[in-house]
Amino acid sequence: MIPTIPQNPLIRVAYGAYVALFFLYLALPLTVVAVFAFNDSQFPSLPWEGFTLGWFFGSERPVIGVFHEDPILRAIGTSVTIGLAVSTLSVAVGTTNAFLFNRYQFRGRGLLYVLMLLPLVIPGIVLGISILVFSSTLANSAWDAAEIDLQALRPGLVLVILGQFSFVTTIATLVIAARLQKFDRTLEEAALNLGANHLTAVRTITLPYLAPAMIGAFVVSFLMSFENFNTTLMLVGSDSPLTIAMFDRLKLGSTPLLNAVSLLLMLGSSVLALLMIAFQRRS
Amino acid sequence: MTASTLPDLECDCLTKHFGASVAVDDVSFSVPAGSFFSVLGPSGCGKTTIMRMIAGFLEPTSGDIRIKGRSVLDVPPNKRPVNMVFQHLALFPMMNIADNIGYGLRRKGMAKGEIARKVDEVLDRIGLPGIGTRRVDELSGGQKQRVAIARCMVLEPDVLLLDEPLGALDLKLREHMKIELKALQAAFDTTFVYITHDQSEALVMSDQIAVMNTGRFEQMGTARDLYYRPQTAFVAGFVGDANRWQGRVIRAEGEALEIKTDGGLILRGVGPGRGLGIGDKAEVFVRPEAIRLAENTAQLSHFDTQISGHVSTILFNGAASRVIVADASGAEIEVTLPQSGEFAHLSRGMTVHIGWSGEQGNCFAAQGR
Amino acid sequence: MLCRAGAVTRMRAGQKLGLILLLTPLLLWLSLLIIIPHIDLFLLSLRERVGVRQYETSLANYTTILTEPLYMVTFARTAIMSILATALTLLIAFPVSYYIAKMVRGRARSVLFLMCLIPFWVSELVRTFGWMILLRESGVISGLLQWAGLAAGPVEMLYNDASIMVGLVYTSMLFMVVPLVTTLDSLDDAVIEAGYDLGGSGPSILREIVIPHAVPGIVSGSIVVFMLSLGNYLTPTMLGGKDSLWFTQMIYSQFIVRFNWELGAAFGFMLLVLSSLIVWVVLRMTGQTLEKTMG
Repeated sequence: MIPTIPQNPLIRVAYGAYVALFFLYLALPLTVVAVFAFNDSQFPSLPWEGFTLGWFFGSERPVIGVFHEDPILRAIGTSVTIGLAVSTLSVAVGTTNAFLFNRYQFRGRGLLYVLMLLPLVIPGIVLGISILVFSSTLANSAWDAAEIDLQALRPGLVLVILGQFSFVTTIATLVIAARLQKFDRTLEEAALNLGANHLTAVRTITLPYLAPAMIGAFVVSFLMSFENFNTTLMLVGSDSPLTIAMFDRLKLGSTPLLNAVSLLLMLGSSVLALLMIAFQRRS
Repeated sequence: MTASTLPDLECDCLTKHFGASVAVDDVSFSVPAGSFFSVLGPSGCGKTTIMRMIAGFLEPTSGDIRIKGRSVLDVPPNKRPVNMVFQHLALFPMMNIADNIGYGLRRKGMAKGEIARKVDEVLDRIGLPGIGTRRVDELSGGQKQRVAIARCMVLEPDVLLLDEPLGALDLKLREHMKIELKALQAAFDTTFVYITHDQSEALVMSDQIAVMNTGRFEQMGTARDLYYRPQTAFVAGFVGDANRWQGRVIRAEGEALEIKTDGGLILRGVGPGRGLGIGDKAEVFVRPEAIRLAENTAQLSHFDTQISGHVSTILFNGAASRVIVADASGAEIEVTLPQSGEFAHLSRGMTVHIGWSGEQGNCFAAQGR
Repeated sequence: MLCRAGAVTRMRAGQKLGLILLLTPLLLWLSLLIIIPHIDLFLLSLRERVGVRQYETSLANYTTILTEPLYMVTFARTAIMSILATALTLLIAFPVSYYIAKMVRGRARSVLFLMCLIPFWVSELVRTFGWMILLRESGVISGLLQWAGLAAGPVEMLYNDASIMVGLVYTSMLFMVVPLVTTLDSLDDAVIEAGYDLGGSGPSILREIVIPHAVPGIVSGSIVVFMLSLGNYLTPTMLGGKDSLWFTQMIYSQFIVRFNWELGAAFGFMLLVLSSLIVWVVLRMTGQTLEKTMG
């Protein structure tokens, strides 16, 4: 069934309707989240009490908007910090991994490649607890051996970053390796031939070629880190990133404040994604 | 030897093994300064390996490579005074034309103003002034070709290597670029080493051609030498077209030979200095354009080889049209169709007579069997 | 000759240095964050607490799990629901992916594809929150039903298995659509046309041409969706309520609430074994490899 082959119009219409329904299903939850951000009520539910921007800009109880809600703002800050750290690390290691698997033949390469893919098929929560367990083992040993208190190995920012990095790196590697695979190595040879040494050739030719993939990987890593819940949940300390902070609030009962935060998140990620697409298209 | 007569490039007993297989087998040659040297051979014959060894991307198993008399084996590729035009040109897509051409100069640490001046100069020389700010994919195939050459020439290399650079172009442009390349070589007055599998590219452009097969040079010489005086059966078959028969020598008088082909034809030929004697297996090559086509045997009386047969196929191809003549035994012989018009009425099945003189039959000892 | 041998070793040495420099981050990452932690997790799961700071190596944690019906029921339930969610996602996503890959062209197609991705640029939390607003007693759908006169009072649609399923399918959809669209896209239209030309009908072409071609996409999509469902914590917790019995909740409660890490580690390890086992079986059955489907 493709457009070039005549098809019963009834089936065609039904098919189209199905696809439309699918997109309705996709759009529905996000739409209601967005709409109720403007409901002038203490609850994000019907009845509609009128339009307000209070959940964004309100500064007095009971309606305190996102921009005056310090814990949420702090959580966003934490998330951004974590996201930047995770993306930077992941893109760096992803790039070296891509070069390693693309350029070198060595014993154990196949095994390492499979190991590199493994984080994709380990449930996030298991990844979280395994890192939690290992880091406390290390921290406890350090304490038992020399009474050194390694705060970094206790649940907190560092562990969250390491936990997210542990699986985001796989994604970054795959994204960057896919582009490196398409790189024409004679370009590098041409650079050598024109007088560049190996490192200069990589810096002036290969890396500029990889740049779109590296930026793409950075954005994807950032979004994945920002959204991550399962791994983060097990490793989080006192300063929660946004998803955990929102989850804690949601457990206590929701107000349209959460809708407002969600809407901002949607806008933020859309802008990021569109920027990335625009960039990709340009290069 | 004084510096001026020193050849630009010399290869001595160059050999390259890849594991058990021998890609280049004991090849020696030297290329005089300012000449156009081609290595012609079928794909997989080892010509690319030679080029990559000269450029420094491969290390020879044994032998030496000298440029202007100095061995370059210890010189890494980025320090060798040779530059290379890659098969698919390898222009850097992330840079504009000026940055592409200036790449090598920047690596030398040249000042910006100086680079810009040199780039403009070389763009002028290749006849593409003012295209420096364009992107690579905005150029036509022929323009890219010239930019790739300019990118190398701006570095003033001792030797320019060209690795089948015309392969990706369409036929018309390729014909045009052959002439242009030759002109560029003359204009830059630099030694060109050109590798190709296309005999016409090699024949048209080169001062010297080496025909290569299975890792060895079969013959080295000018285009005329290769065409008219092939030294080996491979060269006779690879350069230009030829009818080929296999048979046994039945008579030998000095250089003149008489060969009975496996199909029963009696052919005359020559095999100067190849030591063919009676009873030896031999191959005979006769070029289609050396065979005369006639309507009656009288016109062929001065030829010592004459065959009668009928037209089995007419291959019309303008100036390069041919007729395939089948003799009584059914063996087919390709004959060039004269364009004088006298055979315009020729059609399939017509009886025709063909003949050629014995010295046009080039005989070689047959290998194997 | 001597100096040439020197050149060879210099080149090899440079290459070796490069290899080592590139291997280091990979090995550090894999060993410190993936391999050793999982070994440590396994060792912890084999530890039995016999007194204050006194431990013995035993399988006690695993016997506890195997003999406690609640744990086993939860374990089986999580596995079955995840398989069901994967199947449902595949069934829903396949026609849509086919539509995007084969039925529309050009701009419309990129727009549709992008629309599939948009919901996943926002956090899973937001998506789940959206479903809560829709489904709960005071939610939008309940309100609409009452307004339309189809329900007499508020209808609670949250906190049951169906709502968990809705959330799981929704959350995983992207990871099914993307690989499916990619593989279906690589199927040449001319092949389908040839199928019709040779007398095939819609269903037979689907069965004999389209689906066999899409197997790599189906497998990689299914593996990822299954993994995400199995390891999901948020959706069952929020849409299924407190007693929704999802295996990840057991892990969480042992680690964070009860502080019984030994038992929690055993839970975690069982989850890992289950997921690896099912992934392995699926790859085996379809003749795919992890490198091919994921890499």
